[in-house]
Amino acid sequence: MNMLVTPTSPATPNGTTRPQVRIVIVGHVDHGKSTLVGRLLHETGSLPDGKLEMLKAVSARRGMPFEWSFLLDALQTERDQGITIDTTQIRFRTNSRDIVLIDAPGHAEFLRNMITGASQADGAVLIIDALEGVRDQTRRHGYLLHLLGVKQVAVVVNKMDRVDFSAERFKDISDEISAHLNGLGVTPTAVIPISARDGDGVAERTDRISWYNGPTVVEALDQLEPARPLEALALRLPVQAIYKFDDRRIVAGRIESGSLVAGDEIVIMPAGKIARIKTVESWPVTPVAGRQGAGRSVGITLDRELFIERGDIVAHVGTAPRETRRLRARIFWLHDKPLAKGDQLLVRCGPKESRATVVAIEKAVDPGELSSSENKAISRNHVGEIDISLSNPIATDPYTENPRTGRLVIEVSGRIAGGGLVLSVDAGQRAVPVDIVPVESALRPDERSARYRHNGAVVWLTGLPASGKSTLAKALERRLFTNGGSPILLDGDTLRAGLNSDLGFSAADRSENIRRLAEVATHLARNGHIAIVAAVSPAREDRATARRIADTAFREIHVATPAEVCEERDPKGHYKKARSGALASFTGIGNDYERPEAAELAIDTSTRSVAEAADEIEQMLKTSGVLFDELVDLAANI
Amino acid sequence: MDHLDQLEAQSIYIFREAFARLKKIALLWSLGKDSNVMIWLARKAFFGRVPFPALHVDTGKKFPEMYRFRDHYGKEWELDLRVEPCPPIDAVDPTLPPAARSAARKTEGLKMALGKYGFDGLIAGIRRDEEATRAKERVFSPRGLEGNWDVRDQPPEFWDHFNASPPQGAHLRIHPILHWTESDIWAYTKRENIPIIPLYLSQNGKRYRSLGDQDITNPVASTASNIDEILAELEQTKVPERAGRALDHETEDAFERLRVAGYL
Repeated sequence: MNMLVTPTSPATPNGTTRPQVRIVIVGHVDHGKSTLVGRLLHETGSLPDGKLEMLKAVSARRGMPFEWSFLLDALQTERDQGITIDTTQIRFRTNSRDIVLIDAPGHAEFLRNMITGASQADGAVLIIDALEGVRDQTRRHGYLLHLLGVKQVAVVVNKMDRVDFSAERFKDISDEISAHLNGLGVTPTAVIPISARDGDGVAERTDRISWYNGPTVVEALDQLEPARPLEALALRLPVQAIYKFDDRRIVAGRIESGSLVAGDEIVIMPAGKIARIKTVESWPVTPVAGRQGAGRSVGITLDRELFIERGDIVAHVGTAPRETRRLRARIFWLHDKPLAKGDQLLVRCGPKESRATVVAIEKAVDPGELSSSENKAISRNHVGEIDISLSNPIATDPYTENPRTGRLVIEVSGRIAGGGLVLSVDAGQRAVPVDIVPVESALRPDERSARYRHNGAVVWLTGLPASGKSTLAKALERRLFTNGGSPILLDGDTLRAGLNSDLGFSAADRSENIRRLAEVATHLARNGHIAIVAAVSPAREDRATARRIADTAFREIHVATPAEVCEERDPKGHYKKARSGALASFTGIGNDYERPEAAELAIDTSTRSVAEAADEIEQMLKTSGVLFDELVDLAANI
Repeated sequence: MDHLDQLEAQSIYIFREAFARLKKIALLWSLGKDSNVMIWLARKAFFGRVPFPALHVDTGKKFPEMYRFRDHYGKEWELDLRVEPCPPIDAVDPTLPPAARSAARKTEGLKMALGKYGFDGLIAGIRRDEEATRAKERVFSPRGLEGNWDVRDQPPEFWDHFNASPPQGAHLRIHPILHWTESDIWAYTKRENIPIIPLYLSQNGKRYRSLGDQDITNPVASTASNIDEILAELEQTKVPERAGRALDHETEDAFERLRVAGYL
């Protein structure tokens, strides 16, 4: 995959491995990228013998002045002829580092190439023409480095010979680019005045830049920190498949980070099931002994039969990835149709795929203009930050913790339409991994819906205390039951007496209370019942969580009775107590109730009778496909 | 992990993705050095067996050594071998130059086999360094309903995420050794002790670097009579790998035309 300019062996004389650093060179067109690369190859002694002389002779014969960029061209020609290979990577060495230079070419498909290349870089060199100064492309590239999380950036101000090695000119540019990068949260590791053509500042501090006392380019590269080797990170083995070609049941996949060996105790995420690695299988010789590290495609067998699926992640107990249905990502978008809030997508994290919904677009930026005015949609070749909700839980890491598992691609109509980095996961983190094997119901959902004449659903009544939720919920329960259905009331207060008796009224406890209500209700809904939840559920975010858990089964009803009516009713005497200060954390007094913005239905019980309100709910359940309208249709389905 | 370990692990990853994400796949076995390495890698990926058919689209014009190799190792490797014939030369586009036209029979044979079995994925042992149009390939490369390749509209592919949803009736080409070089193939063949057809080794100062049909493949000058000597020769040579393939030299775009139409 790499073009080896020098035949490098990774080991130093004393047997230790030299740190490898991957860098990308970016900057405005014609600011001197290939000249600098040519110079670097030469200064670091990375060129094959005679190559330079040969090119100089060719230039002289054609009457052209020699240019350092010819070196790259020559290598490229060789690649085209298939003599040396590929593509995008050039290697050279500094005193203590093996540098892999990632070539990020292409103006037309700039973003796609740049991102694909730079997404693998540990550091970057940003090049600026001393005469032209900071240009649009310079800023864009700076922004993209930020976007991709590249924090080590060495800035070189090239063509200093064109400005008579003016220290003042250098300082102006240095100040301008430093301010720009600082604004993006990137601190340049060095700003270096150079003339790539003549060699000033590349490997040597020449007299012409005697006023400069920072590092040379080679020294700056020598100081870049390599990424933590993947093997040093926690074990991540995303499962590609389970094979049962013979009596072995082999879990197959590539170790993305960390390492494993037979005997390790592992946990399968997101389910949290625990097992031990029995063997590491291979072919033609099996089993294989010894530790297997990142990059290997392996197969393991376990000491017990567990239900494992493609996309699960094998990790070590204690360092497992987070399980989530919600994440925040920084993405680049390549599809013709802009990405908008509410869009349904397919997200792939390694071999795991999940349907997903864009919950919010937090930021949308045209890397050309660097304007972030729009945040309704992310257009083609633009970048942004989005919140995604997933229909299946996945196990993943923020990219800062694991660059391999912390990235995702987005598919639209079976084609990759974008990709990006996981910034954070909204983790429903399991405190202790447990050995869980879910048992499915003996009945299929359609068997139940045939009997009850409805699909399973979660009907979520939210509203101020005394707004009429419980009254309405009970009326609805009675009505659905009379019609032959299977409604079940889950009243917030009732569950607090038992299931949730360990919870108080802090924000965190309230969230957990809602989460548990939603889990129980969803379980009932999946089994064909209509769970009617009556709970104040004041926080919008908590209700959004409930909707995520119940997914398409969720119907939200805002019992929107005016606050003064609620307080006047006060059947439990709560408002009175709260007013007197005897009831802390009471929702209703004060402003902590967040009204729903997009409930399926809103009902004001001060202007509707209970029967009218129940009618409205029933109608909504019919039109939204929970209740079957026609018996005939049902018969046709059986 | 050394260089060959990395190549191997990556290829295995691709094989497993193809097997997991497509419904009905087959591996194209042309009997040459690349597809033999490919079969070896498939056996590594699936722990000793190739869980899908190996398809030999047979022009009937291969070297006798190649047929012997096929019949022997097809059995020894326990392959589900399907030998599929190609139509006669008059069924092929007459505007193509002679060698390209002869080679295009394979494209037609391939289409017939696709129609017969309904494969949605074909695994092929092409490499980027063989030839300029192959260098532009994706690992999972969609083909149109006619088996054609739209070079200008290839889906983005990065971070080992592949597009694996061919349109109804169309198929994907999967290229598990796209990232290998000719030298890699030989170094790996030696390391793993993979059998080869003797035509690759020098006899009377000549050897085949690339094996195709008898009528359109020529040997190149070489004294390399074992794999070490082949590797040493590759370090030095300026002769492209497909120099002995007649169809590559007929017209500048002959090969590209073939590939756009569905050739490998």
